[in-house]
Amino acid sequence: MQQKFILLVKETLEIENREIRMSDTFRDFDEWDSLGLLTMIGIIDEEYNVIIEGKAFQELQTIQDIYNYILEQNL
Amino acid sequence: MAFQKIKNVKISGMAACVPKNIVDNSTLEMIGTKQERSKFIDLTGIAKRHTVGNNKICTSDLCFQASERLVADLNWSKDEIDCLLFVSQTPDYMVPATSCILQDRLGLSTDCFALDISLGCSGWVYGLATIAQLLSSGSFNKALLLVGDTVSVTKSSRDKGTFPLFGDAGTATALEYIQHASPMFFHTGTDGSNHKAIIIEDGGFRNFFTKDSLTVKESAPGVFRNNLQTHLNGTDVFIFGITKAPQSIKKLLQNFNIDREDIDYYILHQANKLMNEKIRKKISAAVEKVPYSLDEYGNTSSATIPLTIVTRLNKEVRTSKQKIVCSGFGVGLSWGSVYFEIDKIVCPEIIIYNTNF
Repeated sequence: MQQKFILLVKETLEIENREIRMSDTFRDFDEWDSLGLLTMIGIIDEEYNVIIEGKAFQELQTIQDIYNYILEQNL
Repeated sequence: MAFQKIKNVKISGMAACVPKNIVDNSTLEMIGTKQERSKFIDLTGIAKRHTVGNNKICTSDLCFQASERLVADLNWSKDEIDCLLFVSQTPDYMVPATSCILQDRLGLSTDCFALDISLGCSGWVYGLATIAQLLSSGSFNKALLLVGDTVSVTKSSRDKGTFPLFGDAGTATALEYIQHASPMFFHTGTDGSNHKAIIIEDGGFRNFFTKDSLTVKESAPGVFRNNLQTHLNGTDVFIFGITKAPQSIKKLLQNFNIDREDIDYYILHQANKLMNEKIRKKISAAVEKVPYSLDEYGNTSSATIPLTIVTRLNKEVRTSKQKIVCSGFGVGLSWGSVYFEIDKIVCPEIIIYNTNF
């Protein structure tokens, strides 16, 4: 599950030629920008049927945080 | 009620007019490096936009030229037109209503009913519902629905998340009272709790224009604008769009038992490709049933739906019968969807604004 999510983040943000970890702060990625945020929200809605509102997203820092948020919503 | 069934009204024609000036996003340096510009165009679907630039063209000017052409092509006599609606958030003046100015400029009878409506992205659908209700009773015979915006003027050139998305356009839709015309079906909704998601804060009567209105501030990291320019919360609007638009379309089809197989085209408000593709997938519509005009015109606010029909389905609506679902969603927040059938309507090719008209 976590591995699938890592792949999804990499694809969504078009991260190539390097690995990313669940503990990484996605906000520090060069590929992270406002369009990246929208793409992430859209993909998460599509894949997990979870909408992360703008304010809630602001609280999330690491890829693990996003993953945990989705799990909580899907409980 | 969220739903309306409106009888006895026929859409007879549609026209659209855009300014001549073209802004090419592939060379617009504010977006970033060449690679960033290419990624921007890829994700938003917006390569070019027609904008009024510094030419002092108003929405009413664009709507006027669209109307003149449409009325001529319809062979309508001006004195038959007894109802005029102007839907826009870029009117000529604070006061008076632009529809009154257009009544005179178009040479319509002084017996004309004229009304302004202030809505943006949902404006064409709301305008259509309003004008159709007015016509439906038989109180009016022929009507013009003039819808458009020059939203490019309201954007800060130092707001790269907003400025490159928007273009300008004015449209005209001609309607008439025809007994037993195929009915139109509507679903509409409003949520003012999020009215600050898209807002121009100053210059109205809540916050008067002051010298401070012109002060450029950094309203978000890297976003510089003054209070007479649009603030747009991209994330909130994105989530709103991908949630409400598909819901509205599904409710419309369900409530009126409209068979998906029968629908020829879905015309979505042209927000940006990222948002529109999500909506398209949520309503399970095939790519070929959802035309885009974003690539050439960008987001023109209230004008996008008729502009997309005029530019992308021109031959189809002129030569055959089409069953169409349209959905508008945005500023307000406000949203609405409509189903209608149109059969061989008058639809001139896109008009490029003529400054010597």
